[in-house]
Amino acid sequence: MTNTLHRYGKAETFVDDYIVFSLPAKSKMAGQTGDALAAQKRFMTIASQYHPVSLGDALHGGALRPTKSNSIFGHWGKRNKPNLRKVLAGMSKAGTMAAVFDKRENAEAFVKRIKEEELGISVNISSSIENAKNACKVAGIPRHSIAYSLGFEHVGDNTPGKQAIMLSTMCGHGMVSINLAQKMMSFVRENRRSPREAAEAMSRFCSCGIFNTTRAKRILEDVRIGVK
Amino acid sequence: MRINPKKCVACGNCTYVCPMGAIYIDPLLQRATINRDECVECYACYNGLSKEVLPPATVRFVRRTLANFRVRFEPEPDVCPTTAFEPDKLEWPRVVRRAFSDPRVPHESTGVSGRGTEEVKTNDVTDRVGIGEVGFTIELGRPGIGARFRDFQEMSRALAAVGVSFEKNNPITTLMTNVETGDIREDILNEKVMSAIIEIKVPVERCEEIIRIVWDVEKRIPTQVVMGVGVRCDEDGEEKIVLPILEKLGYDPQRAKTNIGLGRKVIRDLTNAAPVEAFKELENA
Ligand code: SF4
Ligand code: SF4
Repeated sequence: MTNTLHRYGKAETFVDDYIVFSLPAKSKMAGQTGDALAAQKRFMTIASQYHPVSLGDALHGGALRPTKSNSIFGHWGKRNKPNLRKVLAGMSKAGTMAAVFDKRENAEAFVKRIKEEELGISVNISSSIENAKNACKVAGIPRHSIAYSLGFEHVGDNTPGKQAIMLSTMCGHGMVSINLAQKMMSFVRENRRSPREAAEAMSRFCSCGIFNTTRAKRILEDVRIGVK
Repeated sequence: MRINPKKCVACGNCTYVCPMGAIYIDPLLQRATINRDECVECYACYNGLSKEVLPPATVRFVRRTLANFRVRFEPEPDVCPTTAFEPDKLEWPRVVRRAFSDPRVPHESTGVSGRGTEEVKTNDVTDRVGIGEVGFTIELGRPGIGARFRDFQEMSRALAAVGVSFEKNNPITTLMTNVETGDIREDILNEKVMSAIIEIKVPVERCEEIIRIVWDVEKRIPTQVVMGVGVRCDEDGEEKIVLPILEKLGYDPQRAKTNIGLGRKVIRDLTNAAPVEAFKELENA
């Protein structure tokens, strides 16, 4: 499973969707040495200064996680809010650590800063090809390698259910089901939930913390008024 | 996965949450029930639903009463109000479902070895895909369809037939009985997973041939295929070799994972580095 690559949608639907993630080269053959966790903690702490939508530690989760209540009154309690501090505090093992941005200037400024840090850890941008290219340009770095996503790029503009697939594929592990996305779309249309509540409900299923609630809210606003 | 019928109050929330659509409310039992053949043991229900502890008997009584007034019991959509999900102890071969479907499962616990490569994500350190090469990740099962190992075998056999070799450390490769033919263990062929990836690397000249094989196999299998096509950029950060091939084949790539080349063999020693502060207002960001 590869969790960030195959998000469904045309390039323009990633206008508010940048995932910048770091990971160590784990295989022995790679011969990478040094304290990857320390570098990744620094990566994530710096990311927190650039107003990310979410930070995600693939091992422990993202800013919004499922909750567990031990009292029946939990049923009527308030839902949890995104908590980035918890992600920063919970990092215990090097792995895939991601920061999700919804503004181009924040993503680009972060990439530029992380280049200056020279952490030595691999960094990737998952977004539209153009978004990543522009971020590299601003930072003054040539792209090293690229993995094209093929299979979802022929998105018919009027495909029924297109928006449900766009929402669902924001968790590349498939944890946000298409049926749940459709239910949340209906809830927003019926005004039973706000786009924010609906986006946050879906986000709790994404165990790597890379679900972009800003993009989800925008898609749900479109759904509400029938924009395809 | 199983649902404890003593706890379930048939609110229906989980029927939407299951990525495989494998949960339904059994009309006779009046409880949520899992179609075990379709369930891929992804644990989205168990891990993803928030857990509450409403008393089941009371909730059932209240639900029945409210229903008379056409009022609906409606817990938050991402909650199981009675914590009714209980994971099974999975035996071989069923355990392979979880190994490929639950992103949090500790791989070692499943008896399936290999994690796959880091593709081009760490190419700046590993040099796994060099100039003139293409690394393919051929993934079956997205989005929300699932795939059985017999579908993977269809693909791996077709690729093996043209002499392609599979990545050694990839979990599907480790489940092959013969990497020369692409045969996969017989006892798991019917097992269904959320999605999984076959990984290969070929010289750039074979890129079109491989894509055509994938297209051909996709027509024969009851799931969908997505591909990641990993390549090394040139010194200026441009990629002018593989993209034209993809475009010639009718693709119009929109999205990619871009390795920006900051990885090094030695990670920076941060012992004496100036500390960085997290942004103050981190909650409710
Ligand atoms: S969410 Fe829980 S209580 Fe509701 S139907 Fe599913 S198992 Fe039953
Ligand atoms: S483990 Fe996954 S596939 Fe199985 S019932 Fe739960 S959500 Fe559905």
